[in-house]
Amino acid sequence: MRYYVKKIISLIMVLFLIMLLTFIAFQVIPGDGALSKLGVDAEEEAVEALREALGYNKSMPERFFCFMSGAIRGDFGTSYQYSRPVSDLLAARLPVTVGLAVISILMIVVLSVPLGLLCSHREGGVADSIITFVTQTLMAVPAFFLGILITLLFGLVLKWFVPGSYVAPGENFGQFLHYMIFPAFAIAVPKIAMTVKFLKTSVLRELKLDYVRTARSKGNSERRVLWHHVLKNALIPVITFMGMVIADVLAGSIVIEQVFNLPGVGRLLISAISNRDYPVVEAIVVYIASVVLIVNFIVDLLYQKVDPRVKLQD
Amino acid sequence: MKKHGKILLALLLVLGVMVLGGCSKNENSSDNPQSGGVDGADTATGEPVMGGSIIVGITQDLDSLDPHKAQAAGTDEVLYNIFEGVVKPDKDGNLVPAVASKVDISEDGMTYTFTLRENVKFHNGQLVTAEDVVYSLKRCAGLLENPDPEIKVSSALSGISDITASTDASGNPTVTLTLSEANTELLGYLTCAIIPKDYDKQADAPVGTGPFKFVSYTPLQSFVIEKNADYYGTAPYLDRVTFKISADTDAAFLELLAGGIDIFPYLTSEQASQLTEDFNIEVGTMNLVQALFLNNAQKPFDDIRVRRAMCHAINRQEILDIVADGKGTIIGSNMFAGFAKYFNDEVTNTYPYDVEKAKALLKEAGYPDGFSMTITVPSNYQFHVDTAQVIVEQLKAVGIRAEIKLIEWASWLSDVYRGREYQSTIIGLDANLAPSDVIKRYRSNASSNFVNYVNEEFDRIYSLAVAETKDDAKTAYYKQLQELLAKDAASVYIQDPACYVAVSKKLSGYTFYPVYVQDMSKVYFVK
Amino acid sequence: MAQQKRSIKKNRSLIVGIVLVSIVLLFVVVGLFWTPYNPTQMSAALKNKPPSLTHPFGTDYMGRDILSRVMEGAGTTFLISIVTVLIGLVCGTVIGALTGYYGGIVDELLMRLNDTLTSFPSILLALVFVSVIGTGKYNIVIALGIIFIPSFARVVRSEFIVQKELDYVRNAKLLGAGDFRIMFVHILPNTKPILLSSITIGLNNAILAEAGMSYLSLGVQPPDPSLGRMLSEAQAYLLRAPWFAMAPGMMIVLTVLGFSLISENIKGSAA
Repeated sequence: MRYYVKKIISLIMVLFLIMLLTFIAFQVIPGDGALSKLGVDAEEEAVEALREALGYNKSMPERFFCFMSGAIRGDFGTSYQYSRPVSDLLAARLPVTVGLAVISILMIVVLSVPLGLLCSHREGGVADSIITFVTQTLMAVPAFFLGILITLLFGLVLKWFVPGSYVAPGENFGQFLHYMIFPAFAIAVPKIAMTVKFLKTSVLRELKLDYVRTARSKGNSERRVLWHHVLKNALIPVITFMGMVIADVLAGSIVIEQVFNLPGVGRLLISAISNRDYPVVEAIVVYIASVVLIVNFIVDLLYQKVDPRVKLQD
Repeated sequence: MKKHGKILLALLLVLGVMVLGGCSKNENSSDNPQSGGVDGADTATGEPVMGGSIIVGITQDLDSLDPHKAQAAGTDEVLYNIFEGVVKPDKDGNLVPAVASKVDISEDGMTYTFTLRENVKFHNGQLVTAEDVVYSLKRCAGLLENPDPEIKVSSALSGISDITASTDASGNPTVTLTLSEANTELLGYLTCAIIPKDYDKQADAPVGTGPFKFVSYTPLQSFVIEKNADYYGTAPYLDRVTFKISADTDAAFLELLAGGIDIFPYLTSEQASQLTEDFNIEVGTMNLVQALFLNNAQKPFDDIRVRRAMCHAINRQEILDIVADGKGTIIGSNMFAGFAKYFNDEVTNTYPYDVEKAKALLKEAGYPDGFSMTITVPSNYQFHVDTAQVIVEQLKAVGIRAEIKLIEWASWLSDVYRGREYQSTIIGLDANLAPSDVIKRYRSNASSNFVNYVNEEFDRIYSLAVAETKDDAKTAYYKQLQELLAKDAASVYIQDPACYVAVSKKLSGYTFYPVYVQDMSKVYFVK
Repeated sequence: MAQQKRSIKKNRSLIVGIVLVSIVLLFVVVGLFWTPYNPTQMSAALKNKPPSLTHPFGTDYMGRDILSRVMEGAGTTFLISIVTVLIGLVCGTVIGALTGYYGGIVDELLMRLNDTLTSFPSILLALVFVSVIGTGKYNIVIALGIIFIPSFARVVRSEFIVQKELDYVRNAKLLGAGDFRIMFVHILPNTKPILLSSITIGLNNAILAEAGMSYLSLGVQPPDPSLGRMLSEAQAYLLRAPWFAMAPGMMIVLTVLGFSLISENIKGSAA
């Protein structure tokens, strides 16, 4: 019980910190929402009037606590840029980003476990060398570039999809899935590369342990040893790693949504930052932080389930 | 339409108004080797087919669906299809009657009287009344009792003291504007949308009088409109148009290659040259003044000799060759070539490219070894960033060490434009519907005078120009103003950039406007 | 026998890694003193020319020689990534060691701050840094270095938490060793394998981060080249001028592959 209380307190602490940081960030970077909205031709008085209306002329702490108290009640206010409630804007975009994350994480899990095992099965073999080379190379490609490469290859050369033909899940779920596969793949590729590498290290470490020797000496086939004995133990550190990957996937989706023209949270974040749409940015930051923290919490629990040696520390 | 012809002519005679800002057709586009085919409506390759739907790519999300709150040019050009003002711009840059059928401007330039067109209906079926027009104009001019701070009131409109509804001798409803000071160029600002008086959902489900009706809008995704069958003028050919919002030009370009977009404006010359297979590339001009703006209040640019040296040191033709394959129009002052009536071509070559002269001027100003400077460029405009890179190279020849500093657009607005804390910057300035709008920022005390240009002579001539009612005198004043800017080397004026639009070969009728307009009512499928 | 075979293979990989990094270093070092052309010299006549004898890697969209730009750009990228990782490593190790060893409220606070920074959008963070310390080569190093501290701190901290319970630490304590001596003389060397792989991943991420900053126009300012900036400029020309992306892309891959081969096999022979 104490464990959960402690977790919840630290969650609240982080959320508070992140909101404070975002607020400070917006004090530090130049530009403001009123100016961005009214643009080049606006008269001085018009900008002043809008600043007043948006609450820029209140004192800093007042503005921060205004926002905080709203956020606690679940009300993130109104977007400067769109003049719509922030929660509406977010709600419309969440399915896209969540869908993208789920598909890419599925891809990571489904593809990296067999590849990782294949590598460690024959360390130094042809398959291992090729996979190592390819994964290492893929890890070095920046996300925006990988996105363009995938669009060119699958969209223009192979014509497996039409770039930019995103369909909302409510309209046609099949087409939605079909389109999402490609951006999800772009996010998954570098993570698959990392997971394969990580899993390989983990399996190799396990293989050196005594219980493997015992299992082998009992006449179990190499394949059986790998799948039944080693994999389960080797996966334990991978689970923690996957927790980090999920945070990365969320961050990665920002760039990929841009390249693939997906109307998700990431693109909203970019446009909100560049328009100094403070309420929207705060809301998205809180959302990303909550997801990351909750995922980490689940990872902790899973960790304990898979490996009973781990105690929940209090 | 014929019966309005006379009025139109009268308007042109009185004002000679030419609207500016968007992408207009290049007069000599025949020198474009990449262009595969049709050139606007003149060279339509087939018979128009009624019906069909198309996808048009845009790269800016709409900032508001309420036409009075929309500030971005990218929003205006889309909303043009749904909304109309009392007058609206046509493709030649004239203002033609729209919701009003007739405009009378009193000789002293103090009152404007609009006679409303009969039987104009809003998209919700209601007839447009004089009250709706008064409400709309008042809302635009900030004259309602509780003005909404999100509505940007143009300074020109703030000269309106009263707007009233009445009827003329033959019983037609009219609307009269009374000004507090004479302004003969106000009509250019009166394209603001006419909207129903008691309708408060404009931002979610906009209602106007234009050739298309609103269907749906999904932020960051799409804006859909459909044909307005009840339109009083020529009805559009297309049934439905989807404006698809792409993250940036690069993403949109990939969609173009894949055939996901039928029309895309604002391509780079490089991209346009890759699309000739499935698209006709139409070339126009952007109607922008692209310049290396110098902060006249900061060292070393407070010295006219240094500014003149900069002008001599920069090779504008080479800039065009490197960043735009030689396309674009070189300018020498703050006016675009497309504004032919007012454009003063004599000042274009005030400062020919001359390294030796530049060096001599610098030496005279006390910088025999040049100096270091910073060029601040908004990072979202690759075109300006590329221009800056060429300029940095060119300035090396006269010993000036320039450094580029990229900043975000929002930071540019607050630091450079508002704060005027910069040495030099590259940007393209557009303008509204009047010649005064192009040049008014150079008045010594103008709040938009971010180059800190101060010249009493300029201020004097400017006020004469705006109040002048005689056309040729007005033109002469505006030419004189450009001369002053050139003589003082207020900044290094570079070019009016070329503009490329990709139009699917299945379509025809795409029309360039000299303002920010994507007119879909003229586009049609060919047989 | 198998052991021996493996170690030969390890050595071979190590040599391959060293060769790859040396190739890149050769470009960088030569580039410091000489490039075939001026890397920022433009020409309208030479725009988008494919590789040829006069321009072995072709020219870019402004007619600049890509080989010269890659030579200078690789140097910039190299400097940025190595210094970034150094800052992250040194600061991260100290913070991780202290928090992992002592634990307590400071540890808790630092870890929560760490969580906060991890989920904070890096774009916003980068913007903040840029507005506080400005853009440019050296400022980017500082910004990225600071951003890299938390990941190193986290890794070192978890190692320290495990190691401090082990017997050898208890023994050292019994022998009267001071805390700092235990931390940095006894425990730190035992974190070498995990630190080595963190460094490789760090270098990898630093190169990616530099490219990302360039993509957002926050990194090295034009016209100066860096590998990331060249790659982000090249993306618009992938169909028309693929060689534009090839050269910086190859350099990045060589560097990253080389570093990972070296670190993996040093780790292997040390273990």
